[in-house]
This record gives sequence, C-alpha cells and structure tokens, in this order.
Amino acid sequence: MEIQRADKCVMASSGFQADVKALQKQLAARHLIYQHQHNKQVSCPAMAQLLSNTLYYKRFFPYYSFNVLGGLDNEGKGCVYTYDAVGSYERVGYSSQGSGSTLIMPFLDNQLKSPSPLLLPAQDAVTPLSESEAVDLVKTCFASATERDIYTGDKLEIVVLNKEGLHREYMELRKD
Amino acid sequence: MSNSTVDVPLQGGFSFDLCRRNDMLSKKGVNPPSYRKTGTTIVGLIFQDGVILGADTRATEGPIVCDKNCEKIHYMAPNIYCCGAGTAADTEAVTDMVSSQLQLHRYHTGRESRVVTALTLLKKHLFNYQGYVQAALVLGGVDCTGPHLHTIYPHGSTDTLPFATMGSGSLAAMAMFESKYKEGLTKDEGISLVVEAICSGIFNDLGSGSNVDVCVITKGHKEYLRNHLLPNPRTYISSKGYSFPKKTEVLLTKITPLKEKVEIIEAGEAMEE
Repeated sequence: MEIQRADKCVMASSGFQADVKALQKQLAARHLIYQHQHNKQVSCPAMAQLLSNTLYYKRFFPYYSFNVLGGLDNEGKGCVYTYDAVGSYERVGYSSQGSGSTLIMPFLDNQLKSPSPLLLPAQDAVTPLSESEAVDLVKTCFASATERDIYTGDKLEIVVLNKEGLHREYMELRKD
Repeated sequence: MSNSTVDVPLQGGFSFDLCRRNDMLSKKGVNPPSYRKTGTTIVGLIFQDGVILGADTRATEGPIVCDKNCEKIHYMAPNIYCCGAGTAADTEAVTDMVSSQLQLHRYHTGRESRVVTALTLLKKHLFNYQGYVQAALVLGGVDCTGPHLHTIYPHGSTDTLPFATMGSGSLAAMAMFESKYKEGLTKDEGISLVVEAICSGIFNDLGSGSNVDVCVITKGHKEYLRNHLLPNPRTYISSKGYSFPKKTEVLLTKITPLKEKVEIIEAGEAMEE
C-alpha cells in the first residue's frame, strides 16, 4: 500500500506498484496544472472525479491499482471514496481495498454502520467514533489482516486528516 | 481402491482410468477445481554428532493462512524424522504410512530402522504415483551406519546431501546454508544455522511464516524442539476489546416432526396413466 497526499486529500493504493506510481504521478501533474490555472487547491470531490476519469481513460489497459481516497469535502466534512481498477467510484463511510479487504471489510461492517446510499434525503456517512477510537480500529484491522493474509504485513502507515491539518502515524506489523 | 476381482493391477499406483472422462468434461467446459499453491520452508543439515531438521509452521490456502502453528516435522521412527512440504494431506499420509511400515519391520527384525529403508519406502510410493502425491520431503536420522540426510522430490527422485532445503522458501534457506555451512558443526552452531535458514524463509518467502520448529537427532537420542523460536507475535491488541452485540434474531420456532410412515404405491400401477 502506498499513501500520497494533496492538500486536503489523501489516497491509499494497492496493486501493481509501477502502475500505482504512474497513476499518482499523473494525478500530481494534473493537480499542479489545476493550481496554476485556478490559484487554489483542488477539492476532494473534484479529485475523486479526476481519479475516476484517469482510471477510466485506460479502460482497456487499466492501471492495476485499487484505491481509497479520503479527505475533507467542500463543507469541511470527512469523505471517503472507494474505487475499482477502471474508475467506478462511490462515496462511502468507510472502505478497504486490496488483498486483505476480504478480511477487513466484514469486520468494519460489523463495527460501523453506514446509511444506505439510496435513502432520501441523502444522509451523512460519518462514523460515530473519536479520532483515537478510529485509529485504534484501523490498527486492529491491520494487525488482524496481517495474521491471516500473506500479502499484508511489515509496516502500517496511518494518515489522519482533519481541519487542523494532517499527521501520520506508523505501526509495526508482522514481518513474515 | 477397486474391489473388483478381475483386471486389478498387482502393484498400486496412480490410476489413469478417469483421464479420458476428465478430458471429455473439460472439453465440455466442466473444469476441475484448481490446485492450491502450497508454501513452506523446511531444512536439514548434518552436524558433528547427528542430524538437525527445521521447519516453519505456516499452512496456507491460497493467499490465506489457515493454520498459524502447524507441525511439519513428522515422526518416522524413534531415530528418524521427516520434514514435509507440498500438499499437507499427502505429506502427512505418506509419512504415516511409511512410519507404520517401519514399525512393522522393526517388530519383524527386532532391530532399529535404517534411514535408507525409510528412503526406499518413500521413494517407491512417490514414484508409483508419478508426482501426483505432492510430497517434497527432507528425511533425516541416525542409525547404526551413522547420520543420514536425504531429500525426496514428489516424482520419487532422491538426493543424499550434507545440508538440504525444500519448499517455496528453499531458495532463501539455501542461501544461508551455502554461505555459512561447514563440516563438523557443533550442536549449538547447527541449531542456530538451521534457525537462521528457517527465519530467512519465514521473512522473505510469503508462503512461509510464524514459528520455527527444530528436531535434533543424535546417536540414541533425539530432541524435538517444538516452537523453538517465536519471532512473530501479534503486533497490536486493542486495549478496550471489541463487542459483537447484535445477534441474528429468532423470528419463528416451529418443529415439524418426521413422518413415521410412507405410503408405498405399486410401481406398475404408478407408471400407468
């Protein structure tokens, strides 16, 4: 997994590392052009659409990458976008991608509740956890996934993004 | 095994009876279930007083770890042990079968089993099955002719070596042996080299992991060091723990008893309209 940041937007990717690098380079370049043209940071929902377009542009020779994009939306609320390899995306309350996602996702489903995206009027998908509780949950997810998934392991990087800014945390995982 | 009285080959071996049927089925689009990739690191070496065997303890089903602490060093005879890589069922079955044959042989002769006897029994069985019994073994033991170490491949070929590795982590483990093995190692040097080789497999090969098992066999003595090293403890446990509160609700409980009698209708009548 690899984590990359724009100002109010972070992306975690798994899959083929060369494609992930190429994709992030492409997005960084587009982001730079946007900054020069508009003299501001790109918003997270705009970056989400851009990522989708970038992935779909290579529909028939896709980037072998599975992404989760997180950040603050235009109202300053937290948002998470989850993708498939060819650009289909959705705003959700929580998500996981990659080889360990089959182990993590059911646990998150059990612990967290996300309102149905079909409900009208649309409801906020904010999980009722404090920052420390959320970080604790993420650490547990990864420690557990590493126990049973051979492709997950070594180290964990957690990025916490809120209105005060962004900070990173690191944790050791099993190394086998 | 077939029970028919005619056309049974006298020797066992892999039966190709169903190959034409399977070929026909796959042409019609019914594919057999795929094999699961197996991952393991097993090693063995000869030191000054005998043989040391080592193994990791991870068992996998594809990308998922299904047993974090399994045993891969199998008992063959009191003075012979055998590490197994490949399909777990095959390594277990083949070592159990041969160890039973060795026990009977000991009852018959009243002597200690020899390593070459175990080797011959194993390779004969594996060759019969043309590689379909997926067992890659490292066989080690000490008998009246001294310490012996062999590797056995799934097709039945064997090697006799001073140090050996097998499984998906064999390359990582062999790298340690090739750079550090020398003749006449002491017991402690031997154990630490085996541990190092297994650890190299555990940390560098995805199919191998968890703990290190070691077995030291010397003349008239053996030491089975189960979980000799535990280099992979769980890294994080949440301080508050987790609850899984909402159970599946029971909406209805209704028990329908089995019918005691069944009406039997005459077959001839039922067929007619």
